[in-house]
Amino acid sequence: NSGVMSLLRPLLLDVVPTIRQTAALALGRLANYNDDLAEAVVKGDILPQLVCSLSEQNRFYKKAAAFVLRAVGKHSPQLAQAIVQCGALETLVICLEDFDPGVKEAASWALGYIARHNSELSQAVVDAGAVPLLVLCIQEPEIALKRIAASTLSDISKHSPELAQTVVDAGAVAHLAQMILNPDAKLKRQVLSALSQIAKHSVDLAELVVEAEIFPVVLTCLKDSDEYVKKNGATLIREIAKHTPELSQLIVNAGGVAAVIDCIGSCRGTVRLPGIMMLGYIAAHSENLSMAVIVSKGIPPLCACLIEEHEDHIKAAAAWALGQVGRHTPEHARAIAVANVLPTLLAMYMDTHSSEDLQMKASIFTKKALKSILQKCTYLPALEPLLHDAPPNIMKHIVGQFSKVLPHDSKARRLFVTTGGLKKIQEIKAEPGSLLQEYIDTINNCYPEEVVR
Amino acid sequence: IQKMWRGYYVRKYIHNYYALKKYLAAISVNNEIVRNELQEYTEMKENEEKRKDLEKKEMERKYQARKMHYLLSTEQIAGIYNSPFRKSPDPMELLLRKSKPLSHTRQEKSSFASELYGWPTCRKPPTFSTAQPLPPIVRQKPQGPFRDTAEVLRQRYKPLEPTFHVAAAINSPLKKEFRREEWRNCIHDNEFLPFSSYHKNEKYDPSIHRSGKYGQEAYGIKHFREVQPKKWVADK
Repeated sequence: NSGVMSLLRPLLLDVVPTIRQTAALALGRLANYNDDLAEAVVKGDILPQLVCSLSEQNRFYKKAAAFVLRAVGKHSPQLAQAIVQCGALETLVICLEDFDPGVKEAASWALGYIARHNSELSQAVVDAGAVPLLVLCIQEPEIALKRIAASTLSDISKHSPELAQTVVDAGAVAHLAQMILNPDAKLKRQVLSALSQIAKHSVDLAELVVEAEIFPVVLTCLKDSDEYVKKNGATLIREIAKHTPELSQLIVNAGGVAAVIDCIGSCRGTVRLPGIMMLGYIAAHSENLSMAVIVSKGIPPLCACLIEEHEDHIKAAAAWALGQVGRHTPEHARAIAVANVLPTLLAMYMDTHSSEDLQMKASIFTKKALKSILQKCTYLPALEPLLHDAPPNIMKHIVGQFSKVLPHDSKARRLFVTTGGLKKIQEIKAEPGSLLQEYIDTINNCYPEEVVR
Repeated sequence: IQKMWRGYYVRKYIHNYYALKKYLAAISVNNEIVRNELQEYTEMKENEEKRKDLEKKEMERKYQARKMHYLLSTEQIAGIYNSPFRKSPDPMELLLRKSKPLSHTRQEKSSFASELYGWPTCRKPPTFSTAQPLPPIVRQKPQGPFRDTAEVLRQRYKPLEPTFHVAAAINSPLKKEFRREEWRNCIHDNEFLPFSSYHKNEKYDPSIHRSGKYGQEAYGIKHFREVQPKKWVADK
């Protein structure tokens, strides 16, 4: 506010190198704090000067200047665009070839922040030729440099399949796959994130990542002590599983399902979300895979997630996953019903339904899950308790199931009467001619007249 | 017959119930194995962590004992760890007895895994290189006829000062005068050949003994020994 930009600008050209470096550092810290200040840096026409003088040999100045560029570029896409327009990308790429690892780190950090915003900026970074140099940076021995280079590659490849393909063509996948074994937790976070951003776009990219032999090493990441390593590992497996049944089959054969289930059981909060979604994706592909999930004892943790978590999207995801597991055949629905999941689902549906917020994801997904499971469920003892609390649209399905099973099974008929189910059915009021009325009539027809009265 | 065949085919290849059951059983077995291995892995990691923690604590304790060696009890006065009301001295007292006192000139090395990269966040004040690097304060001079460190560093990191000839690009318009003068000063246009090419185009002078009156003699160059093809055995 006190005109500091116009004062700092001539100091950037001072004769004494220490003054230049300190001025650049000051500008960087100012821009880092606030995006208004970053805009002031851009408006004060400082960036072109910085870029021209970046080709000096002094490595401290290069680090400070890259810090300024990073601080300006991180706030918004417009500021990052301003940086690209003043030609900073070429100089940053030249800095990536410098000997000093600190300079390389600062330059790749700046490039990462620029590429993060959208795919045009990412494309600009790739066009400046940064990707092969970043792959070289990943192979350097300094851990911090590896971390930043992995994070930059992740930011570049997350926007579109073409960018991910560029990163893959530079040979990044093999090196990233090797670094999964590194003991450093933050490095593992970035590497797993980069691999999942590459794998998420298409089947070919996912297959490429799998061919780099990440299984079963990735499963050890699911047992790491760091929460985010577990989350990113689960995200990677999820991105691979969601494309085709063959990839899901691969993951199941490698024992991935068991590892993810354990991981879900041991975490709390948003860390569980990718694991839950992964189970849902695997179960959605085919009934054999869904049976594999059931056999690996997947249902109790999912039910626990429904009960314990409070956030809407996690509950919605758990409900969706359970729906995918149970919707295939009566066997699957029976497994879910036996685990006592249906009352929980119903309670959750009533809860979210009554809170007047029907747009909430949890209520939508719970309803779908309930419907799909109920349509296949023939396990009557589990359906009984639901008769008492269900709202009309769910009641329709429950009664429908009863009407399908009861005519054929005499023992079930007897049980139905003794537990008071028949009485409850009589209490339901349905419009004549509706589906519900038909079901009720079918049930009533199974019994002799005096019992019905 | 077709009905039977189709049933058999589907049951064997398309939806083989028993194969499915075996597969699911195999998956459970595999899952158990994977779970066990992961469990072992976590336990191993935890043990390593604990071990590292213990070692770190041990190092800390030993360092503290060495630093506070003066707290050791003497004949006259009991130290704080050796109270007369106690039956036996405190373990710290025993540690103090065992450890060597810290010497004054010992360099401080107590940065356990300190963050070396303060640079990325630029929070710590960086050390800039000044034009004159200060000589280190406490350091033994390396034995031998070495030059002064500051001088050596100045010479090593002297920045490049290219002449105009080198700095400007080869086809730059600024160098027009330069190029004209150079062209003018050239004496001849023969290309400078490296010394190995000096003898490339020389003709070979055959010796007088070998060269016959009408050029070269056939014997001694084209054939050496007398041959009589009619007496050869191998051809037949």
